[in-house]
Amino acid sequence: MKEFQESFYLNFIEDDRWEYIVDGLAVTLKVTFFAVIIGILLGFLVGIIRSTYERTGRLKVLNAVCKAYLTVIRGTPVLVQLLIIYFVIFASTNVSKELAAVIAFGVNSGAYVAEICRSGIMSIDIGQLEAGRSLGFSYWQTMWYIILPQALKNVLPALGNEFIVLLKETSVSGYIALGDLTKGGDIIRSRTYDPFLPLIAVAVIYLALVMVFSHFVTLLERRLKQSER
Amino acid sequence: MKKKLLAMMLTCVMAVSLAACAGGDESAAEDAGAAGETAEEDAGEDAAEAEGETEGETQEEGGVLVMATNAEFPPYEYYEGGEVVGIDAEIAAAIAEKLGMTLEIEDMAFDSIVTSVSTGKADMGVAGMTVTEDRLQNVNFSDPYATATQVVILREDSDIQDVAGLEGKTVGVQLGTTGDLFAEDIKDVTVERYNKGFEAVQALSQEKIDAVIIDQEPAKVFVEENEGLIILDEAYTVEEYAIAIAKDNTELLEQVNAALAELKESGKLDEIIGKYITAE
Repeated sequence: MKEFQESFYLNFIEDDRWEYIVDGLAVTLKVTFFAVIIGILLGFLVGIIRSTYERTGRLKVLNAVCKAYLTVIRGTPVLVQLLIIYFVIFASTNVSKELAAVIAFGVNSGAYVAEICRSGIMSIDIGQLEAGRSLGFSYWQTMWYIILPQALKNVLPALGNEFIVLLKETSVSGYIALGDLTKGGDIIRSRTYDPFLPLIAVAVIYLALVMVFSHFVTLLERRLKQSER
Repeated sequence: MKKKLLAMMLTCVMAVSLAACAGGDESAAEDAGAAGETAEEDAGEDAAEAEGETEGETQEEGGVLVMATNAEFPPYEYYEGGEVVGIDAEIAAAIAEKLGMTLEIEDMAFDSIVTSVSTGKADMGVAGMTVTEDRLQNVNFSDPYATATQVVILREDSDIQDVAGLEGKTVGVQLGTTGDLFAEDIKDVTVERYNKGFEAVQALSQEKIDAVIIDQEPAKVFVEENEGLIILDEAYTVEEYAIAIAKDNTELLEQVNAALAELKESGKLDEIIGKYITAE
């Protein structure tokens, strides 16, 4: 027990090392939050374009562009994408690292959200679209008022899962010297050479974040289910 | 229901045992090695003692000396044709030869080296590593084998004139290196810790940061290979490199120190360093 106390003091109290963890947590949350927003916007846009093409055959060119985007993003590791965005795409500009990370993770997440969204839209019976159109709605009105609300409900668990993955994936942002939560633990580890406490602390914080997040997703799911009766 | 539970448990057991197999090679080899040691120690104690220098646990033939390093630190260690070469690699090879062991090099992140050594995953850390207070709390260090200088790399058009000019600037370092530790002490400085030294240099040439603090020899290589970069004339600090060895392995420490002393005396050490670093 005394050993633990000493180790705790060394890893978190001395030299205010806990600040690395707290600062890192803030960065992780910030990056995840904005990346999720980009991911949702981009993902739904791409998902709607793709399913529109599948259902109606329209938007052929846009569909091809979206397909290329999905292939590239889903076919390469997010760490490589992050490094490319920071060191290649933003090579000549002094971009903030947080922005580079938000873009990298947002664009990456968008590809997965797009496929989730497409599967949600395709899960709604085509009869719903036909009904909407026969009642005088345009295609986009039908999509917005009839199909998307139902699709969203269906894909909520998958979306929640995607954002949990995204939160954890941000742990590679240390590669562009961004001080996220994992990097915070690494910095402490590089000072104290004690692998145990910093790594466990970081893991526990991620776990807690994910648990809180899944709790909210469950609440939301329950709320959306009320209309089913 | 019970059957399902049983099946699940069995699956778990299988998964665990499979996982154990994955790491099995090494531990099996180690076990065999350990068995060999005790056998040899029992049988050949007299012989070993008679030989004087060459006694000890690490002495059986075919013993493996695992060296932890971070092979992104030219000219001390770097990759050439798929192999880790450089001053440290050659010194370690010379030491291993003196101890009658085969050297095995493990390339890892710099900030993991001390941990690997202290937890016994590697026998020694040879990575252009400076002796610091914090590191001494976790590992022992051999006698120093080289002196090194921390220098500041700048862009040619930089307005920083001297070390004092780093105040309030953004400085890139490699995580866990001495440059990292020193950079923290500069007033109002923003330290950006990259996983690799060359990434910090890359960020510098892309104008993402103002300066990089890193060891002199790799700095020379980086500046040579990247246009528009210069090294500040004023050295940041002067320090000595040593080999990290686990605290409880005092035997290896003595052996390494003895081997280092021999290498120094025979001029082999200077020869190795001279091969990679041309005198100014």
